[in-house]
Amino acid sequence: MSLQRLALSKVKGILPGNPACMGCPHNMGLRVVGSVLGEKAVLVVPAGCTSIIAGNWPKAGIDMPLLHVPFASAAAVASGLKASHDILGVDSITIVWSGDGGAADIGFATLSGAAVRNEDILVIVSDNEAYMNTGVQASGTTMWKARTTTSPIIGKTEERKDIALLMLMHKVPYVATASVGYPTDFAAKLEKAAKIRGFKLIHLHSPCPPGWRFDSEKTVHIAKLAIETGAWILWEYGEGKLTISPPSKPYTDKARRKPIAEYLKLQGRFAHITEEDVKTIEENIEANWRLIRELEKIYSGES
Amino acid sequence: MIRKVITGNVAVAEAVRVSGVQVVSAYPITPQTVIVERIAEMVERGELKAKYIRVESEHSALAAVYGAAAGGARAFTATSSHGLLYMYEMLWWIAYSRLPIVMAVVTRAIGPPWNIHSDHHDALTVRDSGWIIGFASSVQEVFDMTLQAFKIGEDPRVTLPVMVALEGFTLSHTAEPVDMPEEELVREWLPPREPLPFKIEPGKPFSVGNLGPDEVSMELRWLMWKAMERSRLVIRDVDLEYAKGFGLRSYGGLGEDFHAKNSDYIVVTMGAWSGDAKEAVEKLRDEGYNVGLLRVRFFRPFPWEELREISQSAKAFLAVDRAVSMGHRGILGLEVSSALEGKAPVKNVIAGIGGVDVGPEDFYSIIKAFIEEYEYGSIEGWSRPEWYMPWMEVGGK
Amino acid sequence: MGFTYKPLNPEREGVEDLRVFAEKLLAKPSPGSAGRTGVWRLYKPIVYGDKCIKCGICWLYCPENTIIWPFRGIPSVDYEYCKGCGVCSQVCPAKAIDMILEGE
Repeated sequence: MSLQRLALSKVKGILPGNPACMGCPHNMGLRVVGSVLGEKAVLVVPAGCTSIIAGNWPKAGIDMPLLHVPFASAAAVASGLKASHDILGVDSITIVWSGDGGAADIGFATLSGAAVRNEDILVIVSDNEAYMNTGVQASGTTMWKARTTTSPIIGKTEERKDIALLMLMHKVPYVATASVGYPTDFAAKLEKAAKIRGFKLIHLHSPCPPGWRFDSEKTVHIAKLAIETGAWILWEYGEGKLTISPPSKPYTDKARRKPIAEYLKLQGRFAHITEEDVKTIEENIEANWRLIRELEKIYSGES
Repeated sequence: MIRKVITGNVAVAEAVRVSGVQVVSAYPITPQTVIVERIAEMVERGELKAKYIRVESEHSALAAVYGAAAGGARAFTATSSHGLLYMYEMLWWIAYSRLPIVMAVVTRAIGPPWNIHSDHHDALTVRDSGWIIGFASSVQEVFDMTLQAFKIGEDPRVTLPVMVALEGFTLSHTAEPVDMPEEELVREWLPPREPLPFKIEPGKPFSVGNLGPDEVSMELRWLMWKAMERSRLVIRDVDLEYAKGFGLRSYGGLGEDFHAKNSDYIVVTMGAWSGDAKEAVEKLRDEGYNVGLLRVRFFRPFPWEELREISQSAKAFLAVDRAVSMGHRGILGLEVSSALEGKAPVKNVIAGIGGVDVGPEDFYSIIKAFIEEYEYGSIEGWSRPEWYMPWMEVGGK
Repeated sequence: MGFTYKPLNPEREGVEDLRVFAEKLLAKPSPGSAGRTGVWRLYKPIVYGDKCIKCGICWLYCPENTIIWPFRGIPSVDYEYCKGCGVCSQVCPAKAIDMILEGE
């Protein structure tokens, strides 16, 4: 996806002056969605940050058709919306733009149902790893040890769930991870997903300045560090193959990864963790890499 | 005109078929299942050109039809009891969006204990949400009301979702002869849905439901309330127009008057057992009692004007309830007494909870006792509801 | 049988209500959906045209769409709405954007 294509898009995704926090990763993601798919997109948005980001009536901060829906309902609403478009002959790309809570927690059954039905919808989970809109409460995708307002002292005591892998196991045609730090990779994935009929999910890593406690100018820096330390892996599954995406490729090799502490120390939510915790996180990251590498081999028929 | 002997559930499915519904989504629950099984079959056979979405829960069923209606389609779902309760959040969201979805609710008791038989607690939880709520009392009316629901809900003067309640088993699984208009005539009478109040489609970038000033929320509720008020007339007009156009029966709008005008004693009921109550009223009239019955056909909007019209000549009312508001009266009893505002005393009897069978003889004794009590002077003003449980040695008073 | 019903006046009463309802439920895309968000700003991005390599990275990452980038040209900032998050300055490979305290 070239910068020129993005720059020339009539649809902008985000219009200046919306209610998002400074340095908001959702805004970054929505801009890419708007410029790649805006012409044909309709957005279904469950409760979350984007309920606010969408703007204060009578104005809308997003220049795409957008339907606000209750927390647990998005993938089902999108299924019905797409069905109506099919029946009425409307050419649309129906997108669920959800946070982690709306997809992985309260909306998980709904999401799973839509995936099993192989609904022709694109689900984008903009994952900021907690319930940010309500004031940073721990969610199913919050990292182990991360401090939130419901894990305020010792940090979260459980591991996160991997929504992209869970969806992969639903045997849907397209699943990918992406990051707001790599908009052209995200754009390419959106473009690819839009061409596939059936259920598509993109799990977008969205570092949140107030929620993770870092300065607003560092959103992209942190997102990139997540890739460079291997904490977040960019991969893509489509046409029966799983591949590690180019920005993550070099970090398959553990030796090339930056120390995880570089990623963690910039985030206030990890200010309290011990060296031992850092080691455990590093081990978990390596385990995750092993899993993705093995899956890559399995899906390519190598093992 | 086609006459078929069908059950209430099949009558709903038939009405959905001839109405040209485009998207159906549902989740199975007894006793609603036959409706959705029948519709699924119609879709697979190509008798109904609709998309059937097999969702994983009732919440998603209502969410899916919400999406379908937001995209401009005519949409339908059906449920019962716990399924309806699980939908609760979406019910309000749909009503507040003014999307005219039609839903059949086959009434069933709420657990525990598990119980698949009918009372009205499930359907009446929808009371305040902004759905038009109809209660059918025969299989013919189930068919007529379901079909009319689309016409009423989609009327631009109304634009509200409509729920059709039919008694579990008593109507849903009981076969009766039903007269149905020809499909082509229905299509003329009920053209494809005009997508109001909005349609979500590419290239039309607006957001539905953005945060706004509190005053706007209140104004939206006021506009919705006005629409609900207007629906009173639309319901009556659709009933008349349907009866005239298809040579079928008119029910008379929000309420059915069964010897109620000019009677001294008025029984108020709702749902399938109204037939049994009418039988008892008929018998008592033969015995010389000046008694009539008002059957509430639509619980929302509530026929308070009809009740007041009747009250002009009435001495006392008896509301027989199949649902109770814990800490107050029966729900229908509350509605009746609030509509009458002290114009006449209202006795409230709670019966048939959890599907307990209440037949014409029961109604006969309930109504007769009510008349006698009034004549002895023991019914004045407000009273606590009476629980009708004749199998218990000690009365439930 | 039959009750007295008050007819609607006029017959199409309510159609206008529905239009108003839709108007109040729907929001139209427009800049400033949270007001003039430029007033949130503590630090102000200053683009140094002489250092700029016209790569557009600042525009690409700007969360607010407040970097105006003529394709392959020197960007400018929409100060009316720029919230001053500093992402542009952080991502600029040529260090051509400085964040300076407002009012200085």
